[in-house]
Amino acid sequence: MIDGLDRYVREHRFFAGLKDDDIDLIAGCARNVVFKAGTYLFHTGDPADEFFLVRHGRVALEIAAPGRRPITFLTGGEGEVIGVSWLLPPYRWNFDARALELVRAIGLDAKCLRTKCDSDHDFGYEMMLRFVPLLVQRLQATRMQILDVYGKPA
Amino acid sequence: MNASADPMVPEVRRVTRVRRELADVWTLAIDPGPGGFAFTPGQFNMLYAFGVGEVAISISGDPTEPETLIHTVRDVGKVSGALARLKPGDSIGVRGPFGRGWPVADAAGSDVVVVAGGLGLAPLRPSLYRLLAERHHYGRIVLLLGARSPDGILFRRELERWRTRLDLEVEVTVDHAGSDWRGNVGVVTSLIPRAAYDPAHTVAFVCGPEIMMRYAAIELAKTGVAADAIYLSMERNMKCAIGHCGHCQFGGDFVCRDGPVATYARLGRLLAVREI
Repeated sequence: MIDGLDRYVREHRFFAGLKDDDIDLIAGCARNVVFKAGTYLFHTGDPADEFFLVRHGRVALEIAAPGRRPITFLTGGEGEVIGVSWLLPPYRWNFDARALELVRAIGLDAKCLRTKCDSDHDFGYEMMLRFVPLLVQRLQATRMQILDVYGKPA
Repeated sequence: MNASADPMVPEVRRVTRVRRELADVWTLAIDPGPGGFAFTPGQFNMLYAFGVGEVAISISGDPTEPETLIHTVRDVGKVSGALARLKPGDSIGVRGPFGRGWPVADAAGSDVVVVAGGLGLAPLRPSLYRLLAERHHYGRIVLLLGARSPDGILFRRELERWRTRLDLEVEVTVDHAGSDWRGNVGVVTSLIPRAAYDPAHTVAFVCGPEIMMRYAAIELAKTGVAADAIYLSMERNMKCAIGHCGHCQFGGDFVCRDGPVATYARLGRLLAVREI
C-alpha cells in the first residue's frame, strides 16, 4: 500500500465510518490519479476496471449520440464517486466521464475490490451498504429529470 | 395602493417597464401609485389582464423599494400570456397583496437555506433581498437553485452578482446541459447534502414545482432540518384570494388565505395525497 492512501480513503466522505480493516482492504486496491481539465476518466464501452473517489475538482458524466453534441446529465465533485458500472457484469462503462477542471482522485482497482468482496462477504456487504444508497439516489434523481418538472405544464 | 375597501376590486395601474428574462418569462414593473406598495416576501397579487382574466402571481421585487411593484410572469396560459405581452404604458389590474409569506423575521438568529426550482426563484427573491438587507441578523445564508438547462436560469445576472458576495453561498445546478456548460448538472436536491449549514439551527424556504419541493423537503429533513422549520410555497387555483370561493382548497386550508407559504410539518402528509 502506498503510504497515505489509507488516510485519503478514510477521509473520503463516501467511506466515512468504515472500520480500519475495511479501509485497509480498500486502500490496498487504491492509487492516486490526476486528470487535467478536458481529459477523460473513462469512455463508454471501455472495461470498467477502475472507478474514482473524487478528492478535488469536478467530473461531467456525458452521453453522446450521433449527430448531437454530448449531453451532460450529471456532475460529481469532491467527496463523490464516479463510476458504478464496475459493480455488475459486463463491467463496462455506460457513459463518458470528463474532467471539467483539474481532478485529483483516488482510483480504485475494480477487479481487486470485487475479488475482496467475493472472498470476504462482511466486507462485500459493507460495500453494498455504501453503493446501494448511491444507486437509489441516482435512480430517484433520474426520475426527477425524466419528469422534466421545470417544463411547461401540459 | 392597497387602499381599496373591497379586496375583490382591482386597482388600475400602469406597466412602466417590461424585461424579458427567459424565452417565455417576463418581468413587469408596475407603478403602484401614491404611497407605494408594502408587502411581505412570499405574498402574491391577483393581476388582471383586462378583457382576458385574472391570475395569482407572486411578487418578485424588493420589499425595501415599495415605489415599484415587480412581478415575474411565465407565459403558460391565456391570462399569463396576455400579461407577458403587456407593454410599458399599458394598464393592468392589481388586487393584493394576499397570503402568508416567508417568515424572514422569525428566521433571525438561524442559518437560512433557500432552495429554488425554475421560476420558483421569483417568489423567493424578495426574501433574499430582505435577508441580505439585514444580513447581520442571520447565520449562514445558502441559495440552491435548480433549472432545466443553462438557458432556463432565472435572474442570471443577479445570481452572478450574489455569487461574488462572501457572505452568501450560491450553488446552481441544471437537469441537463451541453458540454460547454462548466457548472453543476443534476437535480437541485443533490445540492442539499453538500451545502454548509447547521441543520439544528436552520430555517429553509423552498419554492418550485411541487414534486421538486417534496423531494427537497425530504432531503432537508434527512440532513436534520426540523419539519416545522421547512417552509414551502404552494400553488393552487387561486380565484378570490381571500378564502371565500374555495377554489384553492388544500386539505383543510385555503392556499390563498392560509398560505401560500406553510411548513412541511403541515403540508408534508398532504403532498402525497393524489385527491387533493
